[in-house]
Amino acid sequence: MSESTTGTSRVKRGLAEMLKGGVIMDVVTPDQAKIAEDAGAVAVMALERVPADIRAQGGVSRMSDPDMIDGIIAAVSIPVMAKARIGHFVEAQILQSLKVDYIDESEVLSPADFVNHIDKWKFDVPFVCGATNLGEALRRITEGAAMIRSKGEAGTGDVSEAMKHIRTISGQIRALSSMAEDELFVAAKELQAPYELVKEVATTGKLPVVMFTAGGVATPADAALMMQLGADGVFVGSGIFKSGNPIERAKAIVKATTFFNDPDVLASVSRGLGEAMVGINVSDLPAPHRLSERGW
Amino acid sequence: MLERIGVSSSKVRTPSELAGVDGLILPGGESTTISKLARIFDMFEPLQAAISQGLPVFGTCAGLILLADKIIDGTSDQETFGGLDAVVRRNAFGGQTESFETELAFEGIDGGPVEAAFIRAPVIESVGPKAKVLSSLPNGKVVAIRQDNLLGISFHPEISGETRVHEYFVREFVESK
Repeated sequence: MSESTTGTSRVKRGLAEMLKGGVIMDVVTPDQAKIAEDAGAVAVMALERVPADIRAQGGVSRMSDPDMIDGIIAAVSIPVMAKARIGHFVEAQILQSLKVDYIDESEVLSPADFVNHIDKWKFDVPFVCGATNLGEALRRITEGAAMIRSKGEAGTGDVSEAMKHIRTISGQIRALSSMAEDELFVAAKELQAPYELVKEVATTGKLPVVMFTAGGVATPADAALMMQLGADGVFVGSGIFKSGNPIERAKAIVKATTFFNDPDVLASVSRGLGEAMVGINVSDLPAPHRLSERGW
Repeated sequence: MLERIGVSSSKVRTPSELAGVDGLILPGGESTTISKLARIFDMFEPLQAAISQGLPVFGTCAGLILLADKIIDGTSDQETFGGLDAVVRRNAFGGQTESFETELAFEGIDGGPVEAAFIRAPVIESVGPKAKVLSSLPNGKVVAIRQDNLLGISFHPEISGETRVHEYFVREFVESK
Protein backbone atom coordinates (compact mmCIF):
# COMPACT_ATOMS: atom_id res chain seq x y z
CA MET A 1 0.00 0.00 0.00
CA SER A 2 1.26 3.44 -0.85
CA GLU A 3 1.55 6.28 1.63
CA SER A 4 -1.32 8.68 2.06
CA THR A 5 -0.82 12.25 0.83
CA THR A 6 -2.51 15.41 2.09
CA GLY A 7 -2.93 18.75 0.30
CA THR A 8 -3.15 17.33 -3.23
CA SER A 9 -4.96 19.21 -5.98
CA ARG A 10 -7.55 16.45 -6.06
CA VAL A 11 -8.49 16.74 -2.40
CA LYS A 12 -8.41 20.54 -2.55
CA ARG A 13 -10.63 20.73 -5.61
CA GLY A 14 -12.59 17.74 -4.31
CA LEU A 15 -13.91 19.57 -1.26
CA ALA A 16 -15.32 22.27 -3.53
CA GLU A 17 -16.98 19.50 -5.57
CA MET A 18 -18.76 18.39 -2.38
CA LEU A 19 -20.12 21.90 -1.84
CA LYS A 20 -21.72 22.09 -5.30
CA GLY A 21 -25.36 23.04 -5.38
CA GLY A 22 -25.03 24.62 -1.96
CA VAL A 23 -24.96 27.96 -0.19
CA ILE A 24 -21.97 29.34 1.73
CA MET A 25 -22.95 32.03 4.23
CA ASP A 26 -20.95 34.88 5.79
CA VAL A 27 -21.14 34.75 9.59
CA VAL A 28 -19.58 36.94 12.26
CA THR A 29 -20.48 35.01 15.44
CA PRO A 30 -20.85 31.36 16.53
CA ASP A 31 -24.62 31.95 16.89
CA GLN A 32 -24.89 33.08 13.30
CA ALA A 33 -22.81 30.07 12.25
CA LYS A 34 -25.30 27.77 14.00
CA ILE A 35 -28.21 29.50 12.26
CA ALA A 36 -26.45 29.00 8.93
CA GLU A 37 -25.76 25.32 9.64
CA ASP A 38 -29.33 24.74 10.81
CA ALA A 39 -30.65 26.38 7.66
CA GLY A 40 -28.69 23.91 5.53
CA ALA A 41 -25.63 25.94 4.52
CA VAL A 42 -22.86 23.70 3.12
CA ALA A 43 -20.15 25.89 4.67
CA VAL A 44 -19.73 29.19 6.49
CA MET A 45 -17.34 32.07 5.90
CA ALA A 46 -16.05 33.36 9.24
CA LEU A 47 -15.30 37.07 9.25
CA GLU A 48 -15.39 40.00 11.63
CA ARG A 49 -17.63 42.29 9.63
CA VAL A 50 -19.90 41.44 6.74
CA PRO A 51 -19.10 43.38 3.54
CA ALA A 52 -21.99 45.83 4.05
CA ASP A 53 -20.44 46.91 7.38
CA ILE A 54 -16.92 47.03 5.95
CA ARG A 55 -18.34 49.35 3.32
CA ALA A 56 -20.19 51.50 5.87
CA GLN A 57 -17.36 51.73 8.39
CA GLY A 58 -14.44 52.05 5.99
CA GLY A 59 -10.81 51.81 7.08
CA VAL A 60 -8.41 48.93 6.51
CA SER A 61 -10.06 45.56 6.67
CA ARG A 62 -7.95 42.54 7.70
CA MET A 63 -8.04 38.84 8.56
CA SER A 64 -10.36 38.08 11.48
CA ASP A 65 -9.27 37.54 15.08
CA PRO A 66 -8.14 33.89 15.58
CA ASP A 67 -10.32 33.60 18.72
CA MET A 68 -13.36 34.52 16.71
CA ILE A 69 -12.48 31.98 14.01
CA ASP A 70 -11.84 29.28 16.66
CA GLY A 71 -15.25 30.03 18.16
CA ILE A 72 -16.96 29.48 14.84
CA ILE A 73 -14.99 26.29 14.08
CA ALA A 74 -16.07 24.96 17.49
CA ALA A 75 -19.72 25.90 16.93
CA VAL A 76 -20.38 24.01 13.68
CA SER A 77 -19.49 20.74 12.00
CA ILE A 78 -19.74 21.99 8.40
CA PRO A 79 -16.61 23.39 6.69
CA VAL A 80 -15.42 26.80 7.87
CA MET A 81 -13.79 29.24 5.47
CA ALA A 82 -12.00 32.46 6.36
CA LYS A 83 -10.65 35.43 4.42
CA ALA A 84 -7.07 36.59 3.94
CA ARG A 85 -6.12 39.84 2.24
CA ILE A 86 -5.01 39.58 -1.39
CA GLY A 87 -1.27 38.81 -1.38
CA HIS A 88 -1.05 38.48 2.43
CA PHE A 89 0.53 35.04 2.61
CA VAL A 90 1.21 35.32 6.34
CA GLU A 91 -2.48 35.79 7.11
CA ALA A 92 -2.97 32.64 5.01
CA GLN A 93 -0.30 30.79 7.01
CA ILE A 94 -2.10 31.77 10.22
CA LEU A 95 -5.47 30.64 8.86
CA GLN A 96 -3.95 27.30 7.84
CA SER A 97 -2.53 26.94 11.33
CA LEU A 98 -6.03 27.57 12.73
CA LYS A 99 -7.18 24.65 10.56
CA VAL A 100 -9.82 26.47 8.57
CA ASP A 101 -11.14 24.28 5.74
CA TYR A 102 -10.80 26.85 2.94
CA ILE A 103 -9.15 30.27 2.60
CA ASP A 104 -10.80 33.02 0.57
CA GLU A 105 -8.13 35.35 -0.81
CA SER A 106 -10.62 38.14 -0.92
CA GLU A 107 -11.04 41.58 -2.44
CA VAL A 108 -13.54 42.30 0.35
CA LEU A 109 -10.55 42.89 2.64
CA SER A 110 -8.00 45.62 1.92
CA PRO A 111 -5.38 44.24 -0.49
CA ALA A 112 -1.91 43.73 0.98
CA ASP A 113 -0.17 43.47 -2.38
CA PHE A 114 -1.21 45.41 -5.45
CA VAL A 115 0.94 43.28 -7.77
CA ASN A 116 1.01 39.67 -6.62
CA HIS A 117 -1.52 37.24 -5.25
CA ILE A 118 -0.60 34.50 -2.76
CA ASP A 119 1.32 31.48 -4.11
CA LYS A 120 -1.42 29.05 -3.14
CA TRP A 121 0.50 25.91 -4.16
CA LYS A 122 2.56 26.25 -0.98
CA PHE A 123 -0.43 25.46 1.23
CA ASP A 124 -2.21 22.25 2.20
CA VAL A 125 -5.42 24.19 2.79
CA PRO A 126 -7.32 24.96 -0.43
CA PHE A 127 -8.06 28.50 -1.64
CA VAL A 128 -11.06 30.11 -3.30
CA CYS A 129 -10.46 33.35 -5.23
CA GLY A 130 -12.69 35.91 -6.90
CA ALA A 131 -12.72 36.63 -10.62
CA THR A 132 -14.51 39.09 -12.86
CA ASN A 133 -13.52 37.40 -16.12
CA LEU A 134 -12.04 34.16 -17.46
CA GLY A 135 -8.46 35.44 -17.64
CA GLU A 136 -8.55 36.45 -13.98
CA ALA A 137 -10.03 33.06 -13.03
CA LEU A 138 -7.31 31.19 -14.93
CA ARG A 139 -4.55 33.34 -13.40
CA ARG A 140 -5.86 32.45 -9.94
CA ILE A 141 -6.01 28.75 -10.86
CA THR A 142 -2.43 29.01 -12.13
CA GLU A 143 -1.46 30.35 -8.71
CA GLY A 144 -3.13 27.32 -7.10
CA ALA A 145 -6.75 28.34 -6.42
CA ALA A 146 -8.90 25.20 -6.05
CA MET A 147 -12.23 27.01 -6.42
CA ILE A 148 -13.35 30.21 -8.16
CA ARG A 149 -16.18 32.56 -7.31
CA SER A 150 -17.37 35.30 -9.59
CA LYS A 151 -16.85 38.50 -7.61
CA GLY A 152 -19.97 40.57 -7.94
CA GLU A 153 -20.01 43.70 -5.79
CA ALA A 154 -20.01 42.57 -2.16
CA GLY A 155 -22.05 44.36 0.46
CA THR A 156 -24.46 46.05 -1.91
CA GLY A 157 -27.41 43.70 -2.28
CA ASP A 158 -27.24 44.65 -5.97
CA VAL A 159 -26.91 41.50 -8.06
CA SER A 160 -26.02 43.27 -11.31
CA GLU A 161 -22.24 42.92 -10.96
CA ALA A 162 -22.50 39.23 -10.07
CA MET A 163 -24.63 38.88 -13.19
CA LYS A 164 -22.04 40.71 -15.29
CA HIS A 165 -19.15 38.58 -14.01
CA ILE A 166 -20.78 35.19 -14.37
CA ARG A 167 -22.06 36.09 -17.85
CA THR A 168 -18.60 37.33 -18.81
CA ILE A 169 -16.87 34.16 -17.60
CA SER A 170 -19.44 31.82 -19.17
CA GLY A 171 -19.42 33.79 -22.42
CA GLN A 172 -15.63 33.69 -22.63
CA ILE A 173 -15.67 29.93 -22.03
CA ARG A 174 -18.21 29.48 -24.83
CA ALA A 175 -16.10 31.63 -27.13
CA LEU A 176 -13.00 29.49 -26.43
CA SER A 177 -14.95 26.30 -27.11
CA SER A 178 -15.84 27.49 -30.60
CA MET A 179 -12.31 28.55 -31.59
CA ALA A 180 -10.05 26.72 -33.99
CA GLU A 181 -7.02 25.19 -32.29
CA ASP A 182 -4.60 27.62 -33.89
CA GLU A 183 -6.61 30.55 -32.48
CA LEU A 184 -6.08 29.47 -28.90
CA PHE A 185 -2.52 30.82 -28.77
CA VAL A 186 -3.69 34.37 -29.29
CA ALA A 187 -6.69 33.75 -27.02
CA ALA A 188 -4.25 32.81 -24.24
CA LYS A 189 -2.30 36.00 -24.87
CA GLU A 190 -5.44 38.11 -24.76
CA LEU A 191 -6.77 36.40 -21.63
CA GLN A 192 -3.32 36.80 -20.05
CA ALA A 193 -3.53 33.18 -18.96
CA PRO A 194 -1.33 30.12 -19.60
CA TYR A 195 -1.91 28.38 -22.92
CA GLU A 196 -2.27 24.90 -21.37
CA LEU A 197 -5.16 26.02 -19.13
CA VAL A 198 -6.80 27.92 -21.98
CA LYS A 199 -6.61 24.80 -24.14
CA GLU A 200 -8.09 22.67 -21.34
CA VAL A 201 -11.04 25.05 -20.93
CA ALA A 202 -11.56 25.14 -24.71
CA THR A 203 -11.66 21.33 -24.80
CA THR A 204 -13.83 20.68 -21.75
CA GLY A 205 -16.06 23.75 -22.03
CA LYS A 206 -15.73 24.49 -18.33
CA LEU A 207 -13.29 25.68 -15.69
CA PRO A 208 -11.09 22.93 -14.20
CA VAL A 209 -12.41 23.86 -10.74
CA VAL A 210 -15.83 24.50 -9.23
CA MET A 211 -17.21 28.01 -9.80
CA PHE A 212 -19.53 29.62 -7.27
CA THR A 213 -20.91 33.11 -7.53
CA ALA A 214 -20.85 35.92 -4.98
CA GLY A 215 -21.42 39.58 -4.36
CA GLY A 216 -24.84 41.15 -4.06
CA VAL A 217 -27.03 38.06 -3.70
CA ALA A 218 -29.83 39.09 -1.31
CA THR A 219 -32.96 37.08 -2.17
CA PRO A 220 -33.94 33.49 -3.06
CA ALA A 221 -34.62 34.75 -6.58
CA ASP A 222 -31.08 36.19 -6.82
CA ALA A 223 -29.61 32.82 -5.77
CA ALA A 224 -31.73 30.90 -8.28
CA LEU A 225 -30.81 33.42 -10.99
CA MET A 226 -27.12 32.70 -10.44
CA MET A 227 -27.75 28.95 -10.52
CA GLN A 228 -29.75 29.19 -13.75
CA LEU A 229 -26.83 31.10 -15.25
CA GLY A 230 -24.60 28.12 -14.53
CA ALA A 231 -23.05 28.81 -11.12
CA ASP A 232 -22.15 25.65 -9.14
CA GLY A 233 -23.31 27.30 -5.92
CA VAL A 234 -23.73 30.63 -4.17
CA PHE A 235 -21.93 32.70 -1.54
CA VAL A 236 -24.27 34.95 0.42
CA GLY A 237 -22.57 37.66 2.42
CA SER A 238 -24.48 40.52 3.95
CA GLY A 239 -27.76 39.36 2.37
CA ILE A 240 -28.79 37.08 5.23
CA PHE A 241 -27.72 38.64 8.50
CA LYS A 242 -28.41 42.21 7.33
CA SER A 243 -32.01 41.29 6.54
CA GLY A 244 -35.13 41.45 8.71
CA ASN A 245 -35.48 37.71 9.32
CA PRO A 246 -32.12 35.93 8.91
CA ILE A 247 -33.35 32.46 9.95
CA GLU A 248 -36.15 32.29 7.41
CA ARG A 249 -34.14 34.02 4.71
CA ALA A 250 -31.22 31.62 5.17
CA LYS A 251 -33.52 28.61 4.81
CA ALA A 252 -35.27 30.14 1.81
CA ILE A 253 -32.01 30.83 -0.03
CA VAL A 254 -30.86 27.22 0.56
CA LYS A 255 -34.12 25.87 -0.85
CA ALA A 256 -34.03 28.25 -3.80
CA THR A 257 -30.46 27.18 -4.63
CA THR A 258 -31.46 23.50 -4.65
CA PHE A 259 -34.67 23.98 -6.62
CA PHE A 260 -33.39 26.84 -8.76
CA ASN A 261 -35.31 25.58 -11.80
CA ASP A 262 -38.70 25.25 -10.14
CA PRO A 263 -40.63 28.55 -10.14
CA ASP A 264 -43.34 27.08 -7.88
CA VAL A 265 -40.82 26.30 -5.17
CA LEU A 266 -39.16 29.69 -5.71
CA ALA A 267 -42.50 31.48 -5.33
CA SER A 268 -43.31 29.65 -2.13
CA VAL A 269 -39.90 30.22 -0.51
CA SER A 270 -39.94 33.92 -1.45
CA ARG A 271 -42.98 34.57 0.76
CA GLY A 272 -42.93 36.01 4.25
CA LEU A 273 -39.23 36.78 4.52
CA GLY A 274 -39.58 40.32 5.87
CA GLU A 275 -37.25 43.09 4.80
CA ALA A 276 -34.35 42.28 2.50
CA MET A 277 -31.05 43.97 3.26
CA VAL A 278 -30.97 47.63 2.40
CA GLY A 279 -29.36 47.81 -1.01
CA ILE A 280 -26.88 50.17 -2.58
CA ASN A 281 -26.99 50.52 -6.36
CA VAL A 282 -23.55 49.73 -7.71
CA SER A 283 -23.86 52.64 -10.13
CA ASP A 284 -24.10 55.00 -7.13
CA LEU A 285 -20.78 53.75 -5.75
CA PRO A 286 -17.80 55.92 -6.58
CA ALA A 287 -15.21 53.83 -8.44
CA PRO A 288 -12.61 53.75 -5.62
CA HIS A 289 -15.20 52.00 -3.42
CA ARG A 290 -15.87 49.18 -5.85
CA LEU A 291 -14.39 46.03 -4.37
CA SER A 292 -14.59 44.00 -7.57
CA GLU A 293 -11.86 46.15 -9.13
CA ARG A 294 -9.40 44.83 -6.55
CA GLY A 295 -7.37 41.87 -7.85
CA TRP A 296 -5.40 41.69 -11.09
CA MET B 1 -18.47 8.59 -13.77
CA LEU B 2 -21.58 6.50 -14.52
CA GLU B 3 -21.47 7.55 -18.16
CA ARG B 4 -17.85 6.37 -18.34
CA ILE B 5 -18.85 2.88 -17.18
CA GLY B 6 -21.82 2.71 -19.55
CA VAL B 7 -24.63 3.29 -17.07
CA SER B 8 -27.36 5.83 -17.73
CA SER B 9 -28.26 8.08 -14.82
CA SER B 10 -30.57 10.87 -13.78
CA LYS B 11 -30.82 13.22 -10.82
CA VAL B 12 -33.28 12.20 -8.13
CA ARG B 13 -34.73 15.16 -6.21
CA THR B 14 -38.37 14.20 -5.82
CA PRO B 15 -40.27 11.05 -4.82
CA SER B 16 -41.56 10.58 -8.40
CA GLU B 17 -38.00 10.68 -9.77
CA LEU B 18 -37.03 8.03 -7.22
CA ALA B 19 -39.70 5.63 -8.45
CA GLY B 20 -38.06 5.14 -11.84
CA VAL B 21 -34.53 4.06 -10.87
CA ASP B 22 -32.89 0.60 -10.58
CA GLY B 23 -30.27 1.78 -8.14
CA LEU B 24 -29.39 4.96 -6.28
CA ILE B 25 -26.13 6.69 -5.42
CA LEU B 26 -26.10 8.90 -2.35
CA PRO B 27 -23.13 11.11 -3.21
CA GLY B 28 -20.74 13.19 -1.21
CA GLY B 29 -21.70 16.57 0.12
CA GLU B 30 -22.63 17.89 3.53
CA SER B 31 -24.59 15.15 5.24
CA THR B 32 -26.31 17.67 7.53
CA THR B 33 -27.53 19.67 4.53
CA ILE B 34 -28.63 16.58 2.62
CA SER B 35 -30.71 15.17 5.47
CA LYS B 36 -32.33 18.58 6.10
CA LEU B 37 -33.25 19.02 2.46
CA ALA B 38 -34.55 15.44 2.26
CA ARG B 39 -36.86 16.25 5.16
CA ILE B 40 -37.94 19.63 3.80
CA PHE B 41 -38.76 18.26 0.35
CA ASP B 42 -40.59 15.13 1.53
CA MET B 43 -37.89 12.76 0.34
CA PHE B 44 -37.05 11.30 3.73
CA GLU B 45 -39.78 8.67 4.13
CA PRO B 46 -39.86 7.64 0.45
CA LEU B 47 -36.09 7.06 0.53
CA GLN B 48 -36.26 5.16 3.77
CA ALA B 49 -39.04 2.99 2.37
CA ALA B 50 -37.13 2.33 -0.86
CA ILE B 51 -34.06 1.27 1.13
CA SER B 52 -36.02 -1.16 3.28
CA GLN B 53 -37.79 -2.56 0.20
CA GLY B 54 -34.45 -3.52 -1.33
CA LEU B 55 -33.52 -0.67 -3.70
CA PRO B 56 -29.75 -0.97 -4.31
CA VAL B 57 -28.13 2.09 -2.75
CA PHE B 58 -24.46 3.12 -2.85
CA GLY B 59 -23.43 5.76 -0.32
CA THR B 60 -20.09 7.55 -0.67
CA CYS B 61 -18.78 9.76 2.16
CA ALA B 62 -21.86 11.78 3.17
CA GLY B 63 -23.95 9.01 1.59
CA LEU B 64 -22.34 6.47 3.94
CA ILE B 65 -23.30 8.65 6.90
CA LEU B 66 -26.89 8.78 5.67
CA LEU B 67 -27.04 4.96 5.39
CA ALA B 68 -25.64 4.28 8.86
CA ASP B 69 -27.98 3.11 11.61
CA LYS B 70 -26.06 5.24 14.09
CA ILE B 71 -23.71 8.22 13.79
CA ILE B 72 -21.21 9.93 16.08
CA ASP B 73 -20.29 13.64 15.88
CA GLY B 74 -23.34 14.57 13.84
CA THR B 75 -25.37 17.66 14.64
CA SER B 76 -27.87 17.22 17.46
CA ASP B 77 -30.87 17.01 15.13
CA GLN B 78 -29.20 15.05 12.35
CA GLU B 79 -31.22 12.12 11.02
CA THR B 80 -30.10 9.21 8.85
CA PHE B 81 -32.07 6.92 6.56
CA GLY B 82 -30.31 3.96 8.17
CA GLY B 83 -30.00 0.42 6.88
CA LEU B 84 -26.32 -0.34 7.48
CA ASP B 85 -25.70 -2.12 10.79
CA ALA B 86 -22.79 0.14 11.72
CA VAL B 87 -21.71 3.19 13.68
CA VAL B 88 -20.18 5.92 11.51
CA ARG B 89 -18.14 8.86 12.81
CA ARG B 90 -18.44 12.14 10.87
CA ASN B 91 -15.31 14.16 10.00
CA ALA B 92 -13.26 11.39 11.61
CA PHE B 93 -9.92 12.67 10.33
CA GLY B 94 -10.42 16.36 11.21
CA GLY B 95 -10.64 19.37 8.90
CA GLN B 96 -9.72 19.82 5.28
CA THR B 97 -5.95 20.02 5.89
CA GLU B 98 -6.18 16.36 7.00
CA SER B 99 -7.93 15.31 3.78
CA PHE B 100 -5.78 12.85 1.82
CA GLU B 101 -5.38 10.47 -1.09
CA THR B 102 -4.26 6.85 -0.78
CA GLU B 103 -4.60 3.36 -2.27
CA LEU B 104 -6.60 0.55 -0.69
CA ALA B 105 -7.17 -3.18 -1.10
CA PHE B 106 -10.92 -3.74 -1.66
CA GLU B 107 -12.47 -7.19 -1.34
CA GLY B 108 -14.23 -8.18 -4.55
CA ILE B 109 -12.31 -5.72 -6.74
CA ASP B 110 -9.41 -7.12 -8.76
CA GLY B 111 -6.64 -5.41 -10.67
CA GLY B 112 -4.62 -3.80 -7.89
CA PRO B 113 -5.45 -1.37 -5.12
CA VAL B 114 -8.31 1.11 -5.43
CA GLU B 115 -7.48 4.83 -5.63
CA ALA B 116 -9.28 6.69 -2.87
CA ALA B 117 -9.67 10.36 -1.92
CA PHE B 118 -10.76 11.00 1.67
CA ILE B 119 -12.24 14.51 1.99
CA ARG B 120 -13.31 15.49 5.50
CA ALA B 121 -14.25 11.86 5.48
CA PRO B 122 -16.16 9.67 7.93
CA VAL B 123 -14.97 6.25 9.15
CA ILE B 124 -16.94 3.18 10.14
CA GLU B 125 -16.29 3.05 13.84
CA SER B 126 -17.90 -0.32 14.52
CA VAL B 127 -19.55 -2.90 12.31
CA GLY B 128 -22.52 -4.99 13.44
CA PRO B 129 -22.98 -8.70 12.60
CA LYS B 130 -25.23 -8.02 9.61
CA ALA B 131 -22.67 -5.95 7.71
CA LYS B 132 -19.51 -7.17 6.00
CA VAL B 133 -16.20 -5.28 5.86
CA LEU B 134 -14.76 -4.78 2.36
CA SER B 135 -11.86 -2.42 2.94
CA SER B 136 -9.82 -0.88 5.75
CA LEU B 137 -6.96 1.59 6.11
CA PRO B 138 -3.53 0.27 7.20
CA ASN B 139 -4.34 1.42 10.77
CA GLY B 140 -7.38 -0.85 10.83
CA LYS B 141 -10.06 1.82 10.39
CA VAL B 142 -12.92 0.38 8.33
CA VAL B 143 -13.78 2.44 5.24
CA ALA B 144 -16.08 0.19 3.16
CA ILE B 145 -18.91 -2.19 4.10
CA ARG B 146 -21.84 -3.94 2.45
CA GLN B 147 -25.10 -5.35 3.75
CA ASP B 148 -27.94 -6.77 1.65
CA ASN B 149 -28.85 -4.08 -0.90
CA LEU B 150 -26.52 -1.42 0.54
CA LEU B 151 -22.89 -0.45 -0.13
CA GLY B 152 -21.23 2.27 1.94
CA ILE B 153 -17.74 3.73 1.59
CA SER B 154 -15.92 6.60 3.35
CA PHE B 155 -14.05 7.88 0.33
CA HIS B 156 -14.53 9.32 -3.14
CA PRO B 157 -13.37 7.03 -5.95
CA GLU B 158 -14.73 9.50 -8.52
CA ILE B 159 -12.33 12.26 -7.44
CA SER B 160 -9.40 10.00 -8.36
CA GLY B 161 -11.06 8.83 -11.59
CA GLU B 162 -11.36 5.32 -10.09
CA THR B 163 -14.24 3.51 -11.83
CA ARG B 164 -14.03 0.04 -10.29
CA VAL B 165 -16.03 0.70 -7.13
CA HIS B 166 -18.97 2.05 -9.14
CA GLU B 167 -18.64 -0.95 -11.49
CA TYR B 168 -18.65 -3.22 -8.43
CA PHE B 169 -21.88 -1.61 -7.21
CA VAL B 170 -23.57 -2.01 -10.59
CA ARG B 171 -22.37 -5.62 -10.97
CA GLU B 172 -22.96 -6.87 -7.44
CA PHE B 173 -26.05 -4.91 -6.41
CA VAL B 174 -27.99 -3.60 -9.41
CA GLU B 175 -27.53 -6.21 -12.14
CA SER B 176 -27.76 -9.16 -9.75
CA LYS B 177 -31.05 -7.96 -8.28
